[in-house]
Amino acid sequence: MEYETVIGLEVHAQLLTRSKMFCRCSADYAAAPPNTHVCPVCLGLPGVLPVINEQAIRYTVMTALALNCAIAGVTKFDRKNYPYPDLVKGYQISQYDTPISHQGWLAVEADGATRRIGITRVHLEEDTAKLLHRNEPGGETYSLVDVNRSGVPLMEIVSEPDLRSPEEARRYLMKLRTILQYLGVSTGNMEEGSFRCDANVSLRPLGTSEYLSKVEVKNMNSFRAVFRALQYEVERQQQVLGRGERIVQETRGWVEDRGVTVSQRSKEEAHDYRYFPEPDLPPLALSPAWVEEIRASLPELPEARGERFISHYGLSPYDAGLLTAGKALADYFESCLTLAGAKDKPETLPKKAKEVSNWLLGEFLRLLNAGELEVEQARVSPAGLVRLMGLVEEGAITLANAKQAFEEMFRTGQAPEQVVAEKGLAQISDQEALATLVEQAIAANPRPVADYRAGKEQALSFLMGQVMRASGGRADPQAVRERLRERLRPT
Amino acid sequence: MTISRQEVLHIARLARLGLAEAEVERLREQLSAILEHFAALAAVDTEGVPPTAQSIELQSIMAPDKVQPSLPQDDILANAPRRQEDCFRVKAVLE
Repeated sequence: MEYETVIGLEVHAQLLTRSKMFCRCSADYAAAPPNTHVCPVCLGLPGVLPVINEQAIRYTVMTALALNCAIAGVTKFDRKNYPYPDLVKGYQISQYDTPISHQGWLAVEADGATRRIGITRVHLEEDTAKLLHRNEPGGETYSLVDVNRSGVPLMEIVSEPDLRSPEEARRYLMKLRTILQYLGVSTGNMEEGSFRCDANVSLRPLGTSEYLSKVEVKNMNSFRAVFRALQYEVERQQQVLGRGERIVQETRGWVEDRGVTVSQRSKEEAHDYRYFPEPDLPPLALSPAWVEEIRASLPELPEARGERFISHYGLSPYDAGLLTAGKALADYFESCLTLAGAKDKPETLPKKAKEVSNWLLGEFLRLLNAGELEVEQARVSPAGLVRLMGLVEEGAITLANAKQAFEEMFRTGQAPEQVVAEKGLAQISDQEALATLVEQAIAANPRPVADYRAGKEQALSFLMGQVMRASGGRADPQAVRERLRERLRPT
Repeated sequence: MTISRQEVLHIARLARLGLAEAEVERLREQLSAILEHFAALAAVDTEGVPPTAQSIELQSIMAPDKVQPSLPQDDILANAPRRQEDCFRVKAVLE
């Protein structure tokens, strides 16, 4: 039987607020010694009063609007009760039946088609404390609790079970992260745990629309891990069904180094969270005026930016898509255009835009990928690249040597002029020097010279190569070609 | 309204309370009485009254996102049953 893959994703993103969700301890715990960003509120002591962080609400509304969600007129928080030492209060403040927003969508391109993936809800809750598991030499195991992370604002984005392949799920996740980064509401860093993803996976006979037993997959700590785990899980379920067995509804954890998911069936009875309204937090009205003010302040999102790159700069949809996939690269691109003064000259803008795009999508991305670097870590600045491009335009350096210079700039952070001078990459502008190189090439290669004169056009390319090599790549290829033709013209 | 022995044991388990046999029946009676007491609310006519989760009139109380000092680490850990590496040491959690 043929099966259809059904995937829904649940994403948790830490928000980039300065303080925590319900108290004003610093939310920046990454480099803090254990238990130094803690107060009676986030420690869950009796008698304290949590107060909602306004910025966290704003960030969540921004995200919800970017995901085309409906914003609740009135929302509230609820207590989700469960006993676990990373939950110091014995409950997590979350949102149960009145999330900040619901019913949105995100357009995702995958497997040759663009589809709208439904967003069930975007809501807000608080992160838990961090547990460190230890083993005593004697064999006793115990846990250490660091409460710094407890209470950091955590936004949850739940998708509908609309994703139909692991690749589509991966694209959805990457696009979602890019949007959060454009909005500036989260770092989106999966490896550091500020952007987490759990998945619900099930299969159903192709052509049917009911949902069968689903498996929740956890513990995926990178985009690659999500893709591999989903691929594995889909295959596993196909095999189980293929044997005529049933899928057990359960939670499975991805084991990265073994490349498998394993059952995390617990002896616990079914979760009974006993949600009830958080009595310490009054309901929150999200006035239409405030929501509209937030909507008006939304930055340009990747899709709109890509469209602008096409309409304003004349880029191809392919280039525009690559340039806007990450905010940092798109910013870099626009900085280059501004610094080059290209935005003020509409007649040459498309040409300049294409040149900058070629540099960034070619050399720049190649070097970033080779060094496994982020755009922000590159040592060559937009100003450096623009000056280098200026040198090419002036004829001070050939394009081939400019690429060599760029690599050096990328490596050392040096200015283009310095690299060109030190590496001797400047173009030979001295016409006499060029003439000498051409004469030497003609004298040293009588056969190709005779071939060319006999009408063999390819022989000229060989001679050009000889001159370029002798010049160390510093001769202007166009000038060399013209000079060779001139010299070898039949008299 | 009465609750069953099973429900008492379930609630005790969720609250991580170990009950002696005698306590189960005593609590079953007490919890049932409490529920009955609150069941009186069901008799009130709430037609046209919007549901609320709050008994106070406050709404939309938020604070600006400004960091304020946390407590000193020693104060935070003062009540820790066991302290190790500046953390709370607790029994291993396995799920």
